[in-house]
Formats: sequence, structure tokens, C-alpha cells
Amino acid sequence: MSGPADFIFYAAAAMTVGAAILVAILPNILYAAVALLFSFAGVAGLYVLLSADFLAATQILVYVGGILVLLLFAVFLSNRISDGKTTNPTHFRLPAAAICLVLFGVLSYAAVSTPYAVKKGVYLPTTADIGELLMTRYLLPFEVASVLLLAALIGAALLSRPDRAASVKGEMEEGKR
Amino acid sequence: MTLDKLLVIAAALFCCGLYTVMTRRNAVAVLMGVELILNATNINFVAFSFFLNRVMGGQIFAVFVIVLAAAEAAVALAIFLRMFSTTGTVEVDAADQLKG
Amino acid sequence: MIRYAYIIPFLPLLSFFINIAVGKRLPRKGDWLCLGTIAIGLAMSIGIFYEVFRAYDPNFRYHVVFPWLTIGDRAVFNTGILIDNVTAVMLLVVTIVSTLVHLFSIGYMHGDPRYSRYFAYLSIFSFSMLGLVLAESFLFIYIFWELVGLSSYLLIGFWFEKKSASDAGKKAFIVNRVGDFGFLIGILIIYATCGVLGYDQVFLAIGEGKLSGTLLTLAGIGVFCGAIGKSAQFPLHVWLPDAMEGPTPVSALIHAATMVAAGVYLVGRVYPMFTPDAFLFIAYFGLITLFITASIALAQNDIKKVLAYSTCSQLGYMIMGLGVGGYTAGLAHLTTHAAFKACLFLGSGSVIHAVHSQDIQEMGGLRKKMPITFATFLIATLAISGVPGFSGFYSKDMILGAALEFGMKSANPLHMIFFIGALFTAGLTAFYMFRLVILTFFGAPKDHHKFDHAHESPPSMWVPLVILAGLSFSFWYSGWFGTLVQKPKSVANLAGISAPAKVATMEHAAVMAPAHAEPSAAAHGEAATHRESTRDASRGSAPGKGEHGQAPPHGTSAPAGTPHSTGPAAHGESNDEASHIAHTAHSYAMYSSVAVGTLGIFLAFVVYSFGWINPDRVMNAVKPLHTFLQNKWYFDELYEATVVDGSKALSRGLAWFDNNVVDGLVNLSAQLGVFASFLVGKFDDYVVDGAVNGLASATTGSGSLLRRLQTGKLYHYVFVLAGGALIIFLIKAF
Repeated sequence: MSGPADFIFYAAAAMTVGAAILVAILPNILYAAVALLFSFAGVAGLYVLLSADFLAATQILVYVGGILVLLLFAVFLSNRISDGKTTNPTHFRLPAAAICLVLFGVLSYAAVSTPYAVKKGVYLPTTADIGELLMTRYLLPFEVASVLLLAALIGAALLSRPDRAASVKGEMEEGKR
Repeated sequence: MTLDKLLVIAAALFCCGLYTVMTRRNAVAVLMGVELILNATNINFVAFSFFLNRVMGGQIFAVFVIVLAAAEAAVALAIFLRMFSTTGTVEVDAADQLKG
Repeated sequence: MIRYAYIIPFLPLLSFFINIAVGKRLPRKGDWLCLGTIAIGLAMSIGIFYEVFRAYDPNFRYHVVFPWLTIGDRAVFNTGILIDNVTAVMLLVVTIVSTLVHLFSIGYMHGDPRYSRYFAYLSIFSFSMLGLVLAESFLFIYIFWELVGLSSYLLIGFWFEKKSASDAGKKAFIVNRVGDFGFLIGILIIYATCGVLGYDQVFLAIGEGKLSGTLLTLAGIGVFCGAIGKSAQFPLHVWLPDAMEGPTPVSALIHAATMVAAGVYLVGRVYPMFTPDAFLFIAYFGLITLFITASIALAQNDIKKVLAYSTCSQLGYMIMGLGVGGYTAGLAHLTTHAAFKACLFLGSGSVIHAVHSQDIQEMGGLRKKMPITFATFLIATLAISGVPGFSGFYSKDMILGAALEFGMKSANPLHMIFFIGALFTAGLTAFYMFRLVILTFFGAPKDHHKFDHAHESPPSMWVPLVILAGLSFSFWYSGWFGTLVQKPKSVANLAGISAPAKVATMEHAAVMAPAHAEPSAAAHGEAATHRESTRDASRGSAPGKGEHGQAPPHGTSAPAGTPHSTGPAAHGESNDEASHIAHTAHSYAMYSSVAVGTLGIFLAFVVYSFGWINPDRVMNAVKPLHTFLQNKWYFDELYEATVVDGSKALSRGLAWFDNNVVDGLVNLSAQLGVFASFLVGKFDDYVVDGAVNGLASATTGSGSLLRRLQTGKLYHYVFVLAGGALIIFLIKAF
């Protein structure tokens, strides 16, 4: 690929990585959440460039539309907006940065120096294939994932409920009255 | 757009996510870092799927990762909210009951 | 009868056991039982003596022996009975005196709280003494020797509540023990060299030369040491006067007639084994004893002490007599002395019983009050003084004759001292004995209170006196004694010992092999021996068998002092010369002893009765001498200072050693143990516990160190996780 494809590629890549960096650095968590949004978007763009169309759509829908919104809700619910910032703990930045940089170095070295048996990529729609595979070959993971989702649903709902003792007590007092 | 470039991008994303996990004090921010890490692995999977003669398994895996990330985010946030309602804070430093 | 001789000692033993066990419950407390057993013994002894007398054989010998104790195949000890003429006489002496003493004691000990036990002790003594007399080996005579010592201890210390009595008992036993030590050494020498202990076996062995020379002399001296102890010779005479603490009948029985005679009897029994040197040793000791003790008797005022020292002196006579070769003389004096000394002691007992005092200075004029006692006492005193017609004259004269003969035949002029000393002391004897009689029975009473109370004793007390006094006449003995009791042949090997005199050598010449020249005489002697079943092996003509001086070929041992020199003189002018000397000596001795005795009696009357010489003035004139004599030559003080204090000092030293050194060591080791355990404890506290505690603190320390890893902060965990993964990557990559 060359030309516009490359430019888009680099743009998407830059947005992804740049936003990720911002997520890591920005003290204000709301700003970080927004940066995360842009990172997700960048990732979706990369998916498109990698002929993963269904995945790109899913990414936007789920990550941006679902998870990120959830994150924002959580941010709002768990912080006083007035001072809605969380400062990074100062004395751990250096070791973390060191580790991360070294890890990046190692990983990229591994990525670059390994001779992968690369073949030319083709662009084809994937939705039908994914759907078919989900129903045939990957049926079990699919079902398990649905069970897991159910469990997560129940769990999340349960965890977010207010205390039952308090509500029962309130009901009892109401009943007495 | 070669494979190694994508892998490098994924590595960068991963490291950012790791940094976020390690550095941030707010639990929600830590979750954001986790999402970054998951995205990095997704990119890896898809990249390999594209460049290795369109092996669909990579994309399927990425689908499931997204699903699980969603479920996990939901549960995690529920926990955070619970934690907020009981302790009044979502800072990770407050959750050190495992401290020896 | 002689076959049953063994019963004689066992009857008193039986009565001993019965009286000890149940004596208090018997009627009359069992005195009749003990008297009965010893009386039966007396009857049997009379029977035996009758048989022996009928045989009238100088070589009479009845010997029964059988094995008693076998030690594997290394040693065999025999037991048995030996009866010859001397034994028969001794049996008679012991049983007569013992029976009379039993009888006397019935009256004397009447009312004593331990009456039955007293008679039991008398019985055990009789058993021991009879056993001693009948013994046929050194082993058994030693056994009975010790038993006699024990009995005397029990009897002397009978009134043990009195400290002086119990001390006297101890003294007697211990001093005896000293002598017995020498005796034991003698026996051990004999056993070590000869390997046997029966008399016959030993004499045979000596004749074969197993024991000879100086060692034989030493063995003889060792055996004689027993006699020194038992017969109260110098220097072990100190126990006899103290033994007067016992009841007077005991003194009569033990210390006049029988036990002290055991020593003399022993010397006579083992006569053949003495070398001339040993005989000389014996004779000197006898001489010293008879002189010292007679001098002490001069200055004593206690009636029993005078008699005690007199006994020592007479024993000295017997021993000396045996030493100078007068075998018959010594044993004759033993026999006669038993009778008259027992009479004297019982008589003194009678006096003490009447006057309740033992001090002659409180007596006087008792002859009117106690006629029977006086008469018997006087007879006995005449006997002891050697007045002709009485038994003492017969035997003492024999001794003096033997001493004179020895002196005359000896090449050493010094040997006349035996005769001179004995003669002089005979005078002393007469003097102090009559002093005793005069002060007790004659003159004016010095203590009227006691005199008024005095009365004659009951018949149970004067009957024995009469019997004993009756036996104190010489006609009882003069006919047969010299013939039946003859000197046995010596087996001592002369090789290697210095013979002091040519004639003395002739006198005691040993004939090594049984006298070749008299096989006929020997065989004749054997055939004529009235012997019953002896299980001895070939005893053929073993020497030392009571063959009596029937003129051996060379060197004669003419029976010294025997009034009837028997035996065909085989050959040799020396034989005639010897018998001529003997005859001269004998008559000279007789005259001089009568003269000296008369002089002594006269002097006694002069001083104490007629009053021509004032005894007190004489005493004051020689005050130091008198004090010296009265204090018994300070022997007791000497022994006290040396032996007794020495032993005490030694024991104190040993006690100090034990307390300080031994206990010190023990305490030291205990201290060391305590110290060691203290160290170990410290080690345990610090090292061991330290290790354990150190381990624990190390664990907690490392634990608290490691727990800091668990911060509880998630980002730390993530960091470590990432770091670990990175490290693995790096390792794998490179």
C-alpha cells in the first residue's frame, strides 16, 4: 500500500498511540477518558485498514458506545466533579516508565527482528465469515461468552444495588406506620 | 503498513496501557489502562489474521476479547461504585486490605 | 569307751544351745543340765583314762581321722580325734575341774540375773577346751583355740555392766589375738611348706625335710606365740590379772586350770617340731615370765591378783620346763597346778563370798571362821610351795631338775640361769603364797565388821575345795605319770641351724629317717599300741609318733627329769654320761628346791606372823622398787602408751584422711559435676536456646522483611508482574 492508504494508516496509528499516551499522562480523568475515546477510534480505523470491517464496527459500538460511556458514568458517579482530577502518585512514575520503556523496546525489537511468514493481505468482507464461524466452529466459546455476559450482567446489577438491609428496614418502618 | 509496524503500534499501546495501570491513582483510570492493553492485543490478533493469509481465528478472538472487555468493564465499574458508596473513594491506594 | 570320745565335747555344746535358747524357762534355770553334761563327760573321761591306764603303754595312741573339707583336688582338710596318754590326762583334768567349777558356781552365782547364761557360757567353754584337747590337726586346734578365746571373753566380761569387766574381756581377747596372729603365721608356714595340717602328717613332712632350718624355727616360734598369748607369758601376760574381773569360779576354771594350760598343751603337742633354737626361745620366755610375775605378786594386795600372777609364774615354769627339755616335767606341773590352783581360786572365791571383799589388807584371822576353806587353802599353798609330799613338789622338782640338767649339759654357761632363776623364784613363790595365807587366815582381823559377818560357805562350795585339795598330794601322780608321759622324738632337721652346744645337740638330736637302729623297738611299739581303726595311710615308723626316748643310736634324749629312766641303753658311753648327769641334777635340784621352799616359808612367817621384820619398814626402804612391783612393772602403761595410743593415733590419722582426702575427693567430684552441669546449662541457655531463638527471630525478621512486599497496592503488583515478565523476555531474547 502506498499513497493515501499509508497516510491514513499513519494518521490512525498516530491518533491511537498519541491518544494512548495522553490517557497515560493526563491528570484530569475526564480528559483521559476523552483521549481514550480517540484511541478507540484510532484502533477502529486500523481495523478497517486490516480488512476487519465487522470488528471495526463492533469496536466503535461496544467500546466507544458502551464501555467508554460506562467509564464516563463511573467517573461522574465516583468523583466530585468540582475537583474532578486525580493526581498521579509522583514517586512511582519513574519505575513504571522505565519498565514500560524497556518492555516497549523488547517487544518492538521482537516484532521487528522476527521473520514472519508474511503473505499479501486481501481485503474481503468478514461479517459473513465471522457469523458462520461463530455458529459452527466457535459455537462453544460463543455460548460460553453469552453465559459469561449473563453472569456479568447479574453480577453488575447485584453489585450496584443499594443495601437490602437498609431498604428492608425502611419498608418495615413504613409498614409499621 | 507492514506487520511489524502494526506490532510496534500494538506494543506502544500496550506499554501505555501498562503505564496507566501502574501510575494512575483513580481506579477508573486504571480500568482505562486495562482497556488500552486489551486493545493492543486485539490489534495484534487482527494484524496477524490479515497478514497470515486471512486466518479468521484472529478476528474471532478479537470479537471475544471485546465481549469480555465489555463484561469486565461492567463488573469492574459496579465494583468501583460499590467501593465508592462504602468507602467514599475510588483511589487504588485505599484498597490495600491485602497489605501484609 | 574310747570309741565314743567324740561325744565328750558335744554334750556341753548341746547344753550350751539349750541354755542359751530356753535356759531361763527351765527349772533352776538349767544349771543341772550343764552340770549333767559335763559330769557325763567326766564319767566318760574317767572311763577313757581307765582304759589308757590299763594299757599302760607310753606309746599309746588312738587316732581317728577322715576327710572333712575338700577343695577341688587341691586341698583336703581332715578332722578327727587323737588320744594319747597326755590327751587322756588332759581330758580328765578339764572335766574334773569343769565339773567342780559348775558345782561351785551353783552356790557362788546364786541369784545372778543371768544365771542360765552363765552356765551356757561355762558349757561352751568346756566344749571348746575339750575339742582343743582332742584335736588332731593344727587347723582344728586353731579353731578351738579361738573358741576358747571367745568363751573366755564372754565369761570374763560376764558382768559387763561394770566397765572394768567389759574392758577386761576385750583386753583378754585382743591380747590373745596378738598371740594368735603369731600362731596363724606359724600354721601358715607349716601349710605352705608341708601342704598338710594334721600333726602326724606335718611331723612326717618335717622329717622328710619339707620344712627345715630357720623356717622351721620360725614356724615353731610362731606356734609358740599362740602359747604366749593364751598362757599369759611375757609380754602378753597383761590380760590375766585383769581377767580377775570375771566371777571367781571362772577364774578357777579358765585362768588356773584349763584355758591357760592350753598353751602349754599346745607346746607339748607339737613338741617334735621344735628346733633347739626354738626351744631356747621358749625357755627364755618361760624364765622371764616366771620371774617378773612372781615379783609382781609380792606386792599385790588383792587376793585374786596374787593368785593371777602366781598362775602366770607357774605357767612360766611349765613353759620353761618344756623349753629345757623337760617334757614330762612341764606336763606334770600342768596337771598338778590345775588341781591346786583351782583349789586356791575356789578357796579365794569362798573367802570373797564370806567377807565381800578382795583386799587381803581387810582380812585376817579367818581360819577360825572358815575352817574348811582354811584347811584346803593351806594344803594347796603347801603344794604350790613345793613342800615334799604334795603334788607341787613332785612336778616343780622335776622342772628344776630338768633345768639344772640342761644347764649342766650345755656348753654355754649362761644356760645355768634357767636353774638359778627358777630356784630363786621358787623361794619367792613360797614367800608370797604364805604371805597371802598368813594375812588372810592368821593374825588379828583388820576389819572387824567384815570379820563378824564371815561364815563358812555352803557345801556346794566347799565340796569342790575338798576334792581339789585331796588331789594335791603327790602320790596321785608319782607312780605312773613319768612312765606314760614321755618326751616324743624330735623331727626337727638340724641341718642349717646353729647348735649351741654339743651336748645339747645330743640331747635334742634329730634322727632324720626313722631310727634305723631301732626298727625292732619301733615295730614293737607299734604292735603294742592299743589302736583302733585308724584310717591313716602307712604310718609305719613315722617319726614324731610318741616314740619315746628308747635309746636312739647316737645322741640320746634320755627322758629328762623322769625319775624312772627306762629303756635299754643301746650303746654309747654318752648315754651313760647323760643319765649320770641327769641323776645328779635331779637330786641336787630336789635338795635345793626343798631348802629354798623352806626358806621362803620361814621368811614369810618371820615377816608377817612373828613380826621380827616389819614389812612396812622394808617396804618404805625400797619404796621405788615396791611401787614398781605393785604397778606391775608398768607394763599396762607401756602398752597403753605405745600400742593403744599408737593404734588410736593411726585410726585418727586414717579418719582424717578419710574425712578430708577421700571425702574431699568425693566432694570435689561432686563440685565438678555441679560445675559441669552449670556449664552445660549455660550452653543450653545461650547456645542451644540461642540457636532456636535465633532461628525464630531470623524467620520473623525475614518474614517482616518480606511482608513489605505485600503493600496491598495493586500497581505495585502490576509492576512486579511486568518486571518479571520483562526479565523472562530478556533472558529468552538473549
